[in-house]
Amino acid sequence: MTGREGQSEHPNHRAAGGEGVASGREAAGGGAGWKPAPQDSPRGQGEGKRPRRSGWARAGERVIEGVIRTSGVSAVLFVLAIFFFVFREAAPVLFGGEHFKLLPFLFSVEWYPTSASNVRYGTLALTVGTFSVTALAMVLAVPFGLGAAVFVSEFCGPRLKETLKVVIELLAAIPSVVWGFIGLTVMSRLIVHFTGAPVGVNLLNGGIILALMSVPIIVSIGEDALKAVPDSYREAGLALGATRWQLVYRVLLPAARNGLLAAVLLGVGRAVGETMAVLMATGHAVNLPLGVFDSVRTLTANVAAELGEAPAGSDHYRVLFLTGVLLFSLTFVVNLVADLVIRGWRRK
Amino acid sequence: MVGVLAVLLGSGCGRRNQASVVIQNKGSDTMVNLAQAWAEAYREVTTDVAIEVSGGGSGVGIAALMRGTIDLANSSRDIKPREVEEVRRHTGCEPEEVIAGYDALAIFVHRDNPLEVITFEQLSAIFREDGPVTRWSQLGVQVPGCRRDQIIRVSRQSSSGTYEFFRERVMQQRDFKLGSLDMNGSKEVVELVGNTPCAIGYSGMGYANGRVKMLRVAARSDGPAVAPTLESTLSQRYPIARSLHLYTLGEPTGALRDYLDWILSEAGQRVVRDCGYVPVRLGGGAP
Repeated sequence: MTGREGQSEHPNHRAAGGEGVASGREAAGGGAGWKPAPQDSPRGQGEGKRPRRSGWARAGERVIEGVIRTSGVSAVLFVLAIFFFVFREAAPVLFGGEHFKLLPFLFSVEWYPTSASNVRYGTLALTVGTFSVTALAMVLAVPFGLGAAVFVSEFCGPRLKETLKVVIELLAAIPSVVWGFIGLTVMSRLIVHFTGAPVGVNLLNGGIILALMSVPIIVSIGEDALKAVPDSYREAGLALGATRWQLVYRVLLPAARNGLLAAVLLGVGRAVGETMAVLMATGHAVNLPLGVFDSVRTLTANVAAELGEAPAGSDHYRVLFLTGVLLFSLTFVVNLVADLVIRGWRRK
Repeated sequence: MVGVLAVLLGSGCGRRNQASVVIQNKGSDTMVNLAQAWAEAYREVTTDVAIEVSGGGSGVGIAALMRGTIDLANSSRDIKPREVEEVRRHTGCEPEEVIAGYDALAIFVHRDNPLEVITFEQLSAIFREDGPVTRWSQLGVQVPGCRRDQIIRVSRQSSSGTYEFFRERVMQQRDFKLGSLDMNGSKEVVELVGNTPCAIGYSGMGYANGRVKMLRVAARSDGPAVAPTLESTLSQRYPIARSLHLYTLGEPTGALRDYLDWILSEAGQRVVRDCGYVPVRLGGGAP
């Protein structure tokens, strides 16, 4: 039993660790720990079977090993480099911009980057906009996404399953500007017609569009996580007399917990980082939303709309880069917290 | 040979003026439709010169002129003294200006909105920071289809020439009220207003369509309210009109000179009128 459990724990573990963002650090650590193995095993086995390995083969091995190691390390390097360059563009305004102060930047809603009399850079409304749109999108997307993943993985027949998977992948391939266009034209009219909201491009519109965009990701990764739960779990559950629903609820969901959380986090990542669709669907208004029918503006959309016309090197330009740093930090914190949550669960 | 090249490269201010058959044209979003219409019509005049047009905003056009990546910048506002200074410093040339037409900035509301006339004072009260007007009933109208009575302000992104022009002319440089929907193009403003009964917005007169209504505008509360039309703009009775500029580096020569001359000719000015703007001079057959 113990041996089987150890074995079966393995694929599940991998499914959770493989899904990037949250546990990227772990994957890199795993790579480093793994390094001696390929060196040892060819030598150990090879000396018996193939006593004369040519120097070329060994050199080739070295090169390949080097390439693989570089790719592993480069992931970390790229992230650091991106942060460094974005921060370098932003730094001058942080340490002595004329109209810039850190506290209003973080906690004021007044965003007047090109004011003629009183320039103010407050991003609170944008941060709140980003979080509210993302939260609304997740409230809509997570139940649908996970539900669809459970259905595709556990309940539907093989033919329907293939069809559904193809369609869902097709959904994931729709470019964001097309989603934005749907939000701007179709969705906004529907919202005005059915709810009587004063304007159709608002928080609700952006949330629905983002939910539609993240559901395919949540479904395909969630389904992989469920698939990684070994069949022996299902067999054991059924043998104990569990119904299918009990099996899903009591056995599969807890067993695939990490993978499902990773699926949700990737969905969050897509929603936070999305630019074009929210720019078109949310109304792009600097506004603290009091309800789902208020228009908002997100950090990403603000950068996209303004960076093109901010003169390079001006305070406005640098503050937009600082907005990028802020976004980067926020996503980092979200990922870190999620990572810690996963670790806490594992230890239990 | 080297000498000839050096003469070719060193002469004049523009970019590859002598040999160029492609004129790069960039700038104001307000003017991008007009510039494209010009480029298309000019293709019938000569096939030797191609004109590539892109938008981005007045500031983007002038910045690109400064970097020497384009030949002709469109701007819906006057070039700023600071920009003239930067052009001089970067290129050693003076920016040369041509006025190619006029644009009347219309105030758009949904076609079902019963409002007909608006004053600068009311516009400012709606749009400026701490302006007291937020509901249609405060202007004495009830808008059918707008159940909550709330005024939805449709504006432009803060770097656009239209935004700056409206702020300068209507609000005396005071800031906009936060919470307006800032669109990234002139057409988007009119589209959104056409879809939204509660909305009011400003955009180029040329973008009007059947779903919106243009208001008559009075600069002073006791003054006359003027509708945005060709004549009222030309006679400068319409209060929110501005000139459409083209900027070149130094005195234009060669193909660029020919193109600018054609724009100011009757054929070029007809294109201006067809796009919904006001030509510099009313030629024969003006309405």
